[in-house]
Parts: sequence; structure tokens; C-alpha cells
Amino acid sequence: MLNSVLHLKENIFDTPDQAATRDGFGKGLVEAADADSRVIALSADLTESTRVEAFKNKYPQRFVEVGVAEQNMAALGAGFAEAGKIPFITSYAAFNPGRNNEQIRTTISLNRVPVKICGMHAGVSVGPDGATHQALEDMALMRVQPNMTVISPCDSEEARKATIAAAKWDGPVYMRFGREKTPIMTTTETPFEIGKANVLWNAHGAHAQVAIFATGALLYNALRAAQELETQGIGVNVINVHTIKPLDKETIVAEAKSAGAVVTVEEHQIAGGLGSAIAELLAAESPTPIEFIGVHDQFGQSGTPTELIEHYGMGVSHIVEAAKRVMARRA
Amino acid sequence: MQPLTDDEIRDIAHRANDIRQTIIEMLVAAGSGHTAGPLGMADIFAALYFRVLNHDPKNSEMPERDRLILSNGHIVPVRYAAMAHAGYFPVEECLTLRKFGSRLQGHPERLRLPGLETTSGPLGEGLSQAAAIAYAFRMDNTSQRVYCVMGDGEQNEGNVWEAFMFAGKYQLSNLTAIIDRNNIQIDGYTETIMPLEPLADKYRAFGWHVLEVDGHNIEQFVAACEEANAIYEKPTVIIAHTIAGKGIKSIERDYRWHGKPPTADEAKLFLHELRTMEGKVVAEHE
Repeated sequence: MLNSVLHLKENIFDTPDQAATRDGFGKGLVEAADADSRVIALSADLTESTRVEAFKNKYPQRFVEVGVAEQNMAALGAGFAEAGKIPFITSYAAFNPGRNNEQIRTTISLNRVPVKICGMHAGVSVGPDGATHQALEDMALMRVQPNMTVISPCDSEEARKATIAAAKWDGPVYMRFGREKTPIMTTTETPFEIGKANVLWNAHGAHAQVAIFATGALLYNALRAAQELETQGIGVNVINVHTIKPLDKETIVAEAKSAGAVVTVEEHQIAGGLGSAIAELLAAESPTPIEFIGVHDQFGQSGTPTELIEHYGMGVSHIVEAAKRVMARRA
Repeated sequence: MQPLTDDEIRDIAHRANDIRQTIIEMLVAAGSGHTAGPLGMADIFAALYFRVLNHDPKNSEMPERDRLILSNGHIVPVRYAAMAHAGYFPVEECLTLRKFGSRLQGHPERLRLPGLETTSGPLGEGLSQAAAIAYAFRMDNTSQRVYCVMGDGEQNEGNVWEAFMFAGKYQLSNLTAIIDRNNIQIDGYTETIMPLEPLADKYRAFGWHVLEVDGHNIEQFVAACEEANAIYEKPTVIIAHTIAGKGIKSIERDYRWHGKPPTADEAKLFLHELRTMEGKVVAEHE
């Protein structure tokens, strides 16, 4: 059942409200800028689709158009931060941090300056654009850089909060956002703290037999899977791991220990993302069987978001099956 | 600013010679590192730290300081030596270059040594940062100047031209780029590896004010920096023609000295050559 203390939306399972996480980012950016005059935004010729437009209209003097030049944008971001600004550098995740990875490494992470890297259109759910634009390795690229914080918000409201929190965070942050409208699960009242995972769904009655850790919009599929599993008499907990780095080790280890079986869910390559991060943690702290939901070493392709999510094995039924498989592997 | 007096030129030339000696000493102690580039830029770094820059070695975070971004981080021995002679840290510390635990990393790291402004080594990223700092100063309506030293081989990097385009578009007149035009890079001569000429025309086409100087003529270089201060509608790039390895006749212009240090025996000869030049350094300009 849904955790009642988190103030989640009540209509999640029947007629959920929908918005893209990039829309939440756009709102959060304006709010962050209202609160702190050091906040500026850079765009690489994608101001509308990255949802930086509202910021640009309200704060034209704090908006910097850099053209189609993501490498320059990253190093410019570092320079602005060295001069005391809090720059948000924005483009599609395939280019930012895909194209400009080394500039981020040297001038942002190693320099430890508070640049906020915002990657839009992450995952296969970009849909028709095809493999070139479907970033599936962005979290892996960012997670391995020292000093970097990595956030993958689950819905537009969490994206708004994450953006505001990132502006206040002392250091580099990578945030990934989606293009498509996806269900809104959280409300303005739902707590959000960088590095603190939330248990959104608790097994009814007895303790959970599987802990499902999910990040990004696929969290919704994880909740639907939990609901389905409950009707089959299988109790699970669903945990929203919006911060991939630093991981909420305490919550993750406790949930994994208690359940004895784990499923991870992300719209990203299995290699290097949430599943890898949790596997690394549990291997050291509390070895637990894990099933990984995500993309298995493949590129995406054109299609509708739903077609692609199903094709690559990230649908509700896939999560249900993964939970059953991992239960069978429990010690 | 008043024109340089002969005494001032002589003083800066002596500082450059001190810097060159320190470069040789630190490279020998390190046992690795780049020789030709740092020696070739010693006159310019002496002019920057002892004349051009508004800075305070005892207060490296002074907000109103000018910013010097070193984009081609591999020539950092010249910056470390100039900083040490300017009083940022003891000259003896230069001998810790590239050693475990040293603040003087093989390529400069901002978080390790106050006064560095940024981290560099991977080429092509400094001008972007310098341009952003210049832009931020304009946003904040402050009057500091930003200098960015780059290599000529570095101009092969695409990121460099993105930054030239950006600074040209925004007319960042508080930005001065300095190109170490020594015509060598690791694999050979720049015009063989990936021709840059006509370099000045390229910068002009990107909306920059272009000056060319003899990078060993302190008076010319300082005058160019001052001219840049009086250009209000464009950023300025100074193409400084330098001789790689300058000061050590036997290695001058030899690209094989790009990335290796002298041996202890070579260093003895090099230091002797520099020390016996002390009285002649200014005569060369006269």
C-alpha cells in the first residue's frame, strides 16, 4: 500500500495527472533563480525543449545562449562558477554529459565547482528520435566522476524540487530528465532531500519479500507492479532512489536485508547505473540476490515510448516477473 | 599606465632569467615534464606577474584581482616558477614539482594551490572558462581583466574555436588571449601536423582584435596588453611569436624538447648558460 506519510497523489492508479520531468525542471529553475541571484542558465540552442524558456523570459540578463556547442558550454559553466555564479548547463543528455564528458571531468568535477548539468530527453522514452538521442549511459558517465552528485527525479514535482535543491547544493550535480509526460506521483508536501531514498509502497501486513528500488519515471511501473504483486499475495516494498550518488546506503541496506531479495528498475543501461550502484553496495554490505530491470547492453531505436519500454523489458509485467524470479533465488 | 622604463625592462628580463633557472632546476628534480614550452614563455610570464596583472601574492583570493587562466596546463612549470618568484610560495617548493603530496601537480589543479584559478591540462578548455569569467565580470559590472594563455598546437582543438566564436559574439573586451606561437607541438612542427596559418586572419574572422608581438620582447608584449585595455568592442588576442626552449641555444626550436626534462648533466650546462647570460639579457632587446 502507498506510504501514507509521504503525501503522495491519491489518484495515482486510476487517472494520474501527467507532466514531463523537464517541465518540473523549468519551474524549479525559475524558483531557484528567484531565490538566488547567482543562478544563471546556459542553453545550447535548445531553450524551448529543455524548458529553459520561462527562465530566459524572466531573467534575460542571466540567460546565456551558447549555440550548438556542448563542450564549450561545460567549460563555460566551470568559468561562470569560478566567477561566483551557479550555472545550469542544459541540453539533451546524449550531448550533455554525452558529448562533453571530458570537459565536465576536468573543469567541473576535478575543479569541484557548483555547475548543475541538466540532461533532457534521457532514456528510450524520447521515442521516435531513435538511438542517437536516447541517452542510456549518462548516469554511468556521471556516477564515476569524483565530487559529482547524480539525481534522477521520478516525476515533474520531484524534478522541480530537485532543481531547487541542486541550486543550493555545494558542488557539481548531474540531473536527468525525460521528454514525455509521465504520471505525477508526488505532491508539494512529499519530502525531498538529496541522498535520501523514500519508501513509497509498503507490503500490506507482513514484511516485504522483495525490495524494489526504482529511479526516474519508471518508478510508476514499479508501483503498478507492486499493486499487481499484492493481488497475487506477494508483499513488496518500493523505494524511490532519486539520488544515484550519493546513495542512501542506510535505507538501501536495511530494505535489502529485511526483504532478502532485490529488483532494481531504471531507464538506463544495466551497466553503470542504479542497479550497478546498488549491487556494489550490497555485495560489500549485505549480499542479496538482485534482478536488474533496464537496458541490457543495447542501443535504442525509433518507436513510441510505450512500445520501447515494453520492447526493452521495462514494463510492469517485466517487473512482476523479475520480483518472482528473485524471490525464488532467496537464501 | 606609463611606458616601461629601461630599468623596469631590465628588472623583468632578470626575473625571466630567474624563472628559467628555476624551471630547469624543478624539471631535473622532477625527472619528467615539459622543457621547451615553459622556457619559451618565461619572458611573458615574468611580464604578466611583475607588470601586467593586478594581483597580490599574499592575498591570492583578492576579489578585484585579474584572472590568469593557463589553458595549456603542461607548461605550468613556468607559472609555478613565476608565482614562486612573485612571492606566492617559497622558491624551494618548486623542487616538489610532480612529487607525491606536492601542491605543484604535474598539471595544475586549482584546489591544491591557491592562485591557480583553474585546473588544466586537457587542451582546449581554458578559453571557454576565461570567456565565462569575463562574461560574469560584465554581468556584475566589475572591471577586472581576464587573461588566457594557450598553446599554438592547442588551436587544433575544436573547443577552442567554439570559445573564440562565443567571446567574439559577446564582444568580451575584458578578455585577452595570449597564444604561445612557437610553431612546435608533440609530433613535429605545427604547420606539418595541422596547419594553423593564416592564424591572425582566422581570429579576425571570429570577431577578435589581433596583435602580433615578439614574445621575448617585454616592451612589445606589455604594450600589446595595454593596447588591449583600450579596445572596447572586441576581445583581444596576442599572437606571441616565441622560441621554444628560449635561453638554451642547443635546444631552441627543437620539438623533441617539448615533453622531456633535462638530465642532471644537461641541467648543469643549461644553468651555466643562463647564469652567464645574466648581464646580456637586456642587451638583446636594445
